[in-house]
Amino acid sequence: MKSFFTPPIGKIIQIKGQCISLIGNDIDTDRIIPARFLKCVNFDSLGESVFEDDRATLKGQHPFDLEENKNATILIVNSNFGCGSSREHAPQALMRWGIRAIIGESFADIFYSNCIAIGIPCFTLPKKSIQEIQNNKDNKFLFLEIDLKKSLAKAKDLSLNLEIKESSRKMFLSGEWDATSTLLDNKNLIENKLNQLPYIKFNTNFL
Amino acid sequence: MSKDTLFDKVWDLHKVSSLPGGSDQIFIGLHLIHEVTSPQAFGALKDKNLTVKFPSRTVATVDHIVPTDNQSRPFKDNLAEQMIETLEKNCLQHKIKFFNIGSGSQGIVHVVAPELGLTQPGMTIACGDSHTSTHGAFGSIAFGIGTSQVRDVLATQTIAMNKLKVRQIWCENQLSNGVYAKDLVLHIINKLGVKAGVGFAYEFAGPAINVLSMEERMTICNMSIEGGARCGYINPDEKTFSYMRDKLCAPKNEYWEKALRWWKSLKSDEDSIYDDVIKIDASKIEPTVTWGITPGQSIGINQQIPLLDELSPNDKLVAEEAYEYMSFKPGQSIKDIPVEVCFIGSCTNGRISDLRVAAKVLKDKKVSKNVKAFVVPGSEKVANEAKQEGLDQIFKDSGFQWREPGCSMCLAMNSDKLVGNQISASSSNRNFKGRQGSPSGRTLLMSPAMVAAAAINGKVSDVREFINE
Repeated sequence: MKSFFTPPIGKIIQIKGQCISLIGNDIDTDRIIPARFLKCVNFDSLGESVFEDDRATLKGQHPFDLEENKNATILIVNSNFGCGSSREHAPQALMRWGIRAIIGESFADIFYSNCIAIGIPCFTLPKKSIQEIQNNKDNKFLFLEIDLKKSLAKAKDLSLNLEIKESSRKMFLSGEWDATSTLLDNKNLIENKLNQLPYIKFNTNFL
Repeated sequence: MSKDTLFDKVWDLHKVSSLPGGSDQIFIGLHLIHEVTSPQAFGALKDKNLTVKFPSRTVATVDHIVPTDNQSRPFKDNLAEQMIETLEKNCLQHKIKFFNIGSGSQGIVHVVAPELGLTQPGMTIACGDSHTSTHGAFGSIAFGIGTSQVRDVLATQTIAMNKLKVRQIWCENQLSNGVYAKDLVLHIINKLGVKAGVGFAYEFAGPAINVLSMEERMTICNMSIEGGARCGYINPDEKTFSYMRDKLCAPKNEYWEKALRWWKSLKSDEDSIYDDVIKIDASKIEPTVTWGITPGQSIGINQQIPLLDELSPNDKLVAEEAYEYMSFKPGQSIKDIPVEVCFIGSCTNGRISDLRVAAKVLKDKKVSKNVKAFVVPGSEKVANEAKQEGLDQIFKDSGFQWREPGCSMCLAMNSDKLVGNQISASSSNRNFKGRQGSPSGRTLLMSPAMVAAAAINGKVSDVREFINE
């Protein structure tokens, strides 16, 4: 858990950092951030509560509590990570804990788009590669250098071809992952679309 | 790539532009907001010095944090009070219509929008809530979004999104007596898995879907997301149109006729192309109950919790986690497992027809003395209708607590929570670890009728033994 927090901004081309491994399929967003922490009007204090219940259950042995992981920035997960609730609080909590990129077997749709929208690239690797990283005890301190231009992750004796949606990769490289201004560029097209939609005309009672 | 499905038609109609990265800019016809996922979005608008582009296309209600016992203001929970106040302030400031507590139309956002006639065929609908897929029951393309995308919809009425693939789930034959829409969708998720829907929209079709009421169709589409599909829909038909007629916000007079003509043109073509087609035999489905920690871990009421060897390699990891968390043994029967809490409600099964079915089971029966049972209507309208029909009295006479509308113990953001490792029989949608408010609480998902049966017997029971009496 970092003592200060600066959100990502602009182009995201390279991410360097230590990996933290979290084993398990179908880890849902309720587990990433339990619902009781959603009672807030901003995201500021979520970092400390990430995986709160799982951590309490493991009494200090959860990866997010281990001293060796405290500076980790790249999360390694298995399949269908982030399923369930659409709460953006989940990636916001991970980001505020210190996570800057996630590499996994697969991600749930809404979680993936939330990550992109806040500047956390999510990459996929085949199950075998993920398990190799997760099970390699010699790699207790695996440092990766992710290059978004080449979709490549490199360590001392390791080079991994990462998969990422091409649209997401381009958005990170151009800095347009924060989509609002790109969307607003088309304001005339938006007006035109509104006027073309059949239901806008016949919904006279629409609120 | 899919072609000429309803999804393709609605997507193309709402496409504003192709964005430089390769995703599409999609216009959102109806934007629904609530107190949990919107405050940060309004905050971001302020930070970016932006306004709400089309305030009349956003509608708000309050559901997740509302107490269901005492709704007088200020709420006892300060944080909950702060959240509702923030929503009130934001709606007032940005001129957004807000259905507040006491308006007669407050309730769970996915119950409220259809009953007001806001949800209509052919629309794109977005909401900062994963169960937005519910609205697909009307032939709209509806999906959950995160808070940053809520911000984008407020600011631009559009979002950036990659087009989904389309999988048709063809449901043959009919559900048998005592088997409901909830059982069908739990069965589908079990067969396909909880991540099969990633990257897909699900089109539910076939004879077993056609005979379902609109409320049952909502239950099906609601749980698409539990199968990984962000969006689920059903082609609109006469049932859809007759449900919509005379709803408050439905088109009126000559506009109704125009709307109807357009709606009737909205369906997947006979020769449309799907990315995938799956067939399900509805007649083989039994009342279905989850035994684990994902909505995919379900079995028929007369089946046993699967042995590790019976599962595919991909399912084993989560199954082992589930045996341990649930303290259930592989091979154990699901029937007769004792339950301590029974919850009827949620955006999956908190509608009037759900309450009717449960009340029918409960009439002249008593809830087991070992069970705490409560029913939370999905909306103020549902609550009023239930009262007019005397359902509230049937619930109360049986020993169920009758509560005020809200999301309640589906996700336990209010004070309705499991305690310790209690087991609940729940008509909601998620049995995740800790979902119902206790980090060690255990949830068994089932239909509202099955929850009623479990409440009476104090253990997981086959509702068919009650309705065939």
